[in-house]
Amino acid sequence: MDLPCGTFSENYAQDMGILRTKSQWIMLTAFLVLLFACPLFFSDRMLTILTIIGITIISVLGLSILNGYCGQISIGHAGFMAVGAYTSGVLCAKLGWSFWAALPCAALAAGAVGLIFGLPSLKIKGFYLVMATIAAQFIIVWFILQLRSITGGADGLAVPRPSIGNFVFRSKSSYFYLVMIITCLGIFLAQNITRTRAGRAFVAIRDNDLAAEVMGINLWAYKLLAFFIGCVYAGVAGSLLVHYVAYATLDQFPFMNSVWYLGMLIVGGMGNTTGAILGVVSLKLLDELVIIVGPMLSSFGAPPQAAASLGLIMRGLVIIIFLIFEPRGLVHRWERVKAYFRLWPFAY
Amino acid sequence: MTFLLQLVISGFANGMVYALVAIGLVIILKCSEAFNIAQGHFVMIGGYLGYTFLVYFGLPIWASLLLAIATAVIMGLVIERLTLRPLVGQPVLAIIMMTIALSVVLEGLATLIWGGEYKSYHGVLPAVTLQLGELSVPSETTIMIIVSIIAVAVLMLLYRYTKSGLAMRATADDIQVVQSAGIRVTTVYALSWVIASVVGVIGGILLGGISGVMVSLSAVGIKAFAVVLLGGANSLKGAIVAGIILGVLENVSAGYLDPYLPAGNLATVFPFAVMLFVLVVRPYGLFGQVRIERI
Repeated sequence: MDLPCGTFSENYAQDMGILRTKSQWIMLTAFLVLLFACPLFFSDRMLTILTIIGITIISVLGLSILNGYCGQISIGHAGFMAVGAYTSGVLCAKLGWSFWAALPCAALAAGAVGLIFGLPSLKIKGFYLVMATIAAQFIIVWFILQLRSITGGADGLAVPRPSIGNFVFRSKSSYFYLVMIITCLGIFLAQNITRTRAGRAFVAIRDNDLAAEVMGINLWAYKLLAFFIGCVYAGVAGSLLVHYVAYATLDQFPFMNSVWYLGMLIVGGMGNTTGAILGVVSLKLLDELVIIVGPMLSSFGAPPQAAASLGLIMRGLVIIIFLIFEPRGLVHRWERVKAYFRLWPFAY
Repeated sequence: MTFLLQLVISGFANGMVYALVAIGLVIILKCSEAFNIAQGHFVMIGGYLGYTFLVYFGLPIWASLLLAIATAVIMGLVIERLTLRPLVGQPVLAIIMMTIALSVVLEGLATLIWGGEYKSYHGVLPAVTLQLGELSVPSETTIMIIVSIIAVAVLMLLYRYTKSGLAMRATADDIQVVQSAGIRVTTVYALSWVIASVVGVIGGILLGGISGVMVSLSAVGIKAFAVVLLGGANSLKGAIVAGIILGVLENVSAGYLDPYLPAGNLATVFPFAVMLFVLVVRPYGLFGQVRIERI
């Protein structure tokens, strides 16, 4: 087990607890304090990276529930983000709604679209479902382009920053706090959803959906519920993203992102909230590394396109290497490292 | 009427190429149950190879085709050995993610080698213009139809009448029986990837002759997915029929409906609409086998 020796469960509540030991509580508190103190000593550029990481974590958590727990592979997650983004963008920019009313609407709209594209999942699975969700991504983007008079089409849409009363979340640090609070809430909810009746039903469906149905799990309801929850997360993330950039374009939601979110899950570890977070953080930092290293290449005499191709090749290679050498992801590796050092220097 | 016929002819030519590319998908799918998302990227690489041999080296068309096929064989072998072999027995998601990762790497390599720019070799292919009444078929379309029909026929003959074709059909049927009969399944897997890569590259050379080559040529792969779903995932015949249906329908509907849509571009979503429709109404496609699952 992954708990240190001497941790006993004396009642059910303790057995179910997420945080079991004092040191876990201390570490979590210290991490949260450090996280919320970030704007005090980080530059605006670092805060931007952290904010984007937070938004991506929200989106990938949804994918983690849909894919990691319920086993319904979706390669259209960026499309569902776009639904949320444009819903809240249009509500705020064209109808003058407040961000706080538009955010839940964006979440619900993305969830509803997710339900529509989740319908085929009742009949199909595996790569057929992959095709259906890829189709979702492209059809959503096409629809947004067609609704040019509302969404601005290819030109995009200027979106106001959120505000409370007279206070506008204009500075990097204020938006950082907004995103981090929502991210922490999202993580807390995701971790708990997976421990409820629904979460256990998801896991049963992932492991064998026919067996799950025989045991009395309503496949129809739970598969659609997984799509709904996953896409609600995507909608919230999309809405936060366009309000941060203050502009909504389709370039923010390319097909590549949908793929990359799945890559994050694979690198971090499937079916694990911690894994989703680890995957997002490590791959987003890898992206930043590529952004830094890319221009340096051309100063060494590499052709100008080398920088552009470096990012693609790195992304592909990371996924390939993890699939071959560590299919259970970083979180599994981390557990093994912890188990090793718990006993060190003794073998067992 | 001429407009309609023109659309049908060019749609038929496109459809034959889609069918060719889709056959590559079906063969891999039948042998190893792996869905090759990177198929469209083989097409893109094929287009760039065509540009390299035809324009950059200035070789004649037959030499370019042979060289491109040789390159495709090596590419297929390397990809199968390095990335797909370690994943035998892994879940569907792992294999799909692997082929997606492959497609990303191929796109990166194409960007690195050819700069990811638009390259064109329009007019390099020999001119064989057909004149049918008042309908004229441009030479690229004619070549596309001829070459893809030859390629499809050769593949079907290979699959039907050779020893390796027999091994592939047997593997599709039952892997354990094949292994106990002394056939190397790994060789069959490698062969299926080689075929997929070769048909992709041939398709790429043909399509590149019409519209030029760029990284987005890989979108043809998505049309091939729609073809495979429409025709039935494990049916070669289905892939050919569905390829032609999709090519013609796409061209005709885009030709007539695009002027009425605010942003046009119906051809880009058409395959997805077909895909969703087929998946909901008839998930096993036109000719596919209905699978019954047991616990």
